[in-house]
Amino acid sequence: MTRANGGRPSDQAPKNSAFPSAAAPYAWLLAFFMAPLLVSLAISLTHAVDGVPPYSNPLDWRALNLDNYRSILGDNLYVLALWNSVRIAATTSLLCLALGYPMAYAMALEPPHRRHLLLMAIILPFFTSSLIRTFAMINLLKETGLINQALASLGLIDPAHPPSILYTDAAVQIGMVYNYLPFMILPLYANLVKIDWSLAEAARDLGAPPRQAFLRIVLPLSWPGILSGLLLVFIPACGEYVVPTLLGGQNYVMLGTQLANEFFQNRDWPTASAVAILLLAILVAPLLLLQALARRLEAAS
Amino acid sequence: MIRVEGLTKNFDDGVAVAGVDLAIARNEFFAILGGSGSGKTTLLRLIAGFERPDRGRILIDGVDMTDAPPHRRPVNMMFQSYALFPHMSVTRNVEFGLRQEGVRGADLRRRTEEALDLVAMRDYAERKPHQLSGGQKQRVALARAIVKRPKVLLLDEPLSALDRKLREQTQLHLTEVQKKTGVTFVVVTHDQDEAMTLASKVAVMNQGRIEQVDTPRALYAQPINRFVAGFIGATNLMPAEASGEGFLGEGVAGFLVAPAALAGAGPFWVSIRPENIAISARNAHLPRSNAENGRVESLSYYGDHTVYFVRAEGGALLRAALFNAAHAAPAFHVGDDVTLAWPPEAVTVLRS
Repeated sequence: MTRANGGRPSDQAPKNSAFPSAAAPYAWLLAFFMAPLLVSLAISLTHAVDGVPPYSNPLDWRALNLDNYRSILGDNLYVLALWNSVRIAATTSLLCLALGYPMAYAMALEPPHRRHLLLMAIILPFFTSSLIRTFAMINLLKETGLINQALASLGLIDPAHPPSILYTDAAVQIGMVYNYLPFMILPLYANLVKIDWSLAEAARDLGAPPRQAFLRIVLPLSWPGILSGLLLVFIPACGEYVVPTLLGGQNYVMLGTQLANEFFQNRDWPTASAVAILLLAILVAPLLLLQALARRLEAAS
Repeated sequence: MIRVEGLTKNFDDGVAVAGVDLAIARNEFFAILGGSGSGKTTLLRLIAGFERPDRGRILIDGVDMTDAPPHRRPVNMMFQSYALFPHMSVTRNVEFGLRQEGVRGADLRRRTEEALDLVAMRDYAERKPHQLSGGQKQRVALARAIVKRPKVLLLDEPLSALDRKLREQTQLHLTEVQKKTGVTFVVVTHDQDEAMTLASKVAVMNQGRIEQVDTPRALYAQPINRFVAGFIGATNLMPAEASGEGFLGEGVAGFLVAPAALAGAGPFWVSIRPENIAISARNAHLPRSNAENGRVESLSYYGDHTVYFVRAEGGALLRAALFNAAHAAPAFHVGDDVTLAWPPEAVTVLRS
């Protein structure tokens, strides 16, 4: 019964069957993430040509260079797009946290049967495409929209000169927070609902007023949920395309809108690829930072 | 020390505490004993301030605490789950209550160390809760709850999470800490052994009410009703009616004679503890009272004693406990014809 006689099917079978299941996630990542990423990276180093495909041969490595990156970073429009993306994504993350934390907290304190109902209510908007929901927001935010009509009927604004929210920074901000709030609430809720509430009671019992019990016990224990919520909002918000396009108007630039512009309007795939790679680089930095933070918190608790 | 007057708490799904009156003396080791759903935990949470009563008052040291929030009560609690803060070290956990009081510096350090010494956990001061065993967690929870020297320490099922061996050791430890600190301990438990061995006084709770408050010995020997008699220890309980020479018990042929006659009409119940029933080989001359012939129907061997379940001639199934001699096999076997007999003192007559 030694291994030397090898190849016995009964010995080999479990080993073989274990291999593909462990490798599956890596194969998936390789095929659907790393490979397209490498293609984009290669294209970002070529230059645009008229033809199919609309870029020079990426295998001709002597013609590859960083010109696209240089021109993007030297272009004020792109710098503005970059700034807008990071700024809007950051404020969106923080606003979602400020709105989402109390909501998730209240949900976690509800009895289980009501929790499911509330969870359903949070998820329900996803049943409609975000494109349609954002279109609907136009009707709320435009000059003759429902919000202004309501304000006018209350006599709070002059109907002849209604203030315009649509096609401003505020409109984009409202649309973003609306769209991304569930991405903050869900991880926060999942975290808060697992917290042992007798810990908060123990803090109260030991003399902590409610505020102290929250700050010293509940908040530190909900850090993991806060971090995942911030990541889940910040990352997709950085590359957002629909909201700035519909609510920000023609001239509102973010990286997502510029990327689409280069691809579809200008047919400049190399520049578009360079934008995509830059966006990824911007996202990796906070991701690594927060991961390190999360690991430290985990080690601490 | 603690006075509870007419305390009532209703929940959506029924009454949890129904008009409880209770007085707990200073320095007492008091136990509230009851089954699940008896309202004992709600009573404890009312005293701690986690629940507001619908009616009634709670006075601690003469001060009305009924509406005081938990952090303003001179009461600390040891939670059943221990509720140690997972993100803080043992020291930080114990310090928490003192820091809330504004204790700092050398005073903070000294008092924290004293509390850790009391539970012999000083060597583990820098550990996190997840690095501790169940028994160690229990001791840290005790240190954290007692470090502020509360007037009253509430303990919610303090031993239920420990294994049997550790439980006995921890019982002794709890008694010792209570004596050393002089703090009034109120322990809530469903385990009658725990209540009897720990406490100097026990309140038996049932369906939101207190059935009886007494010393462990009195509860066992003089239960005031069927519930207490059946809840504390095992017993033979049967309905009975008064008759000329004593009582006639249901399913028992002979008369039952108690040490003192009870006036008035029934209904009565009679309780006889298994260890007070002597079991012997069938006696040809059966006395007219406090004895019964029967046949062993089954038996349970416990090592130190054996419990015999004997079908009496009147039909009742009586349980009798007999100590086993050293290394001896049980004296009787299933199917043996036996005679059971007990002294009048063993017969407790209950009115309800």
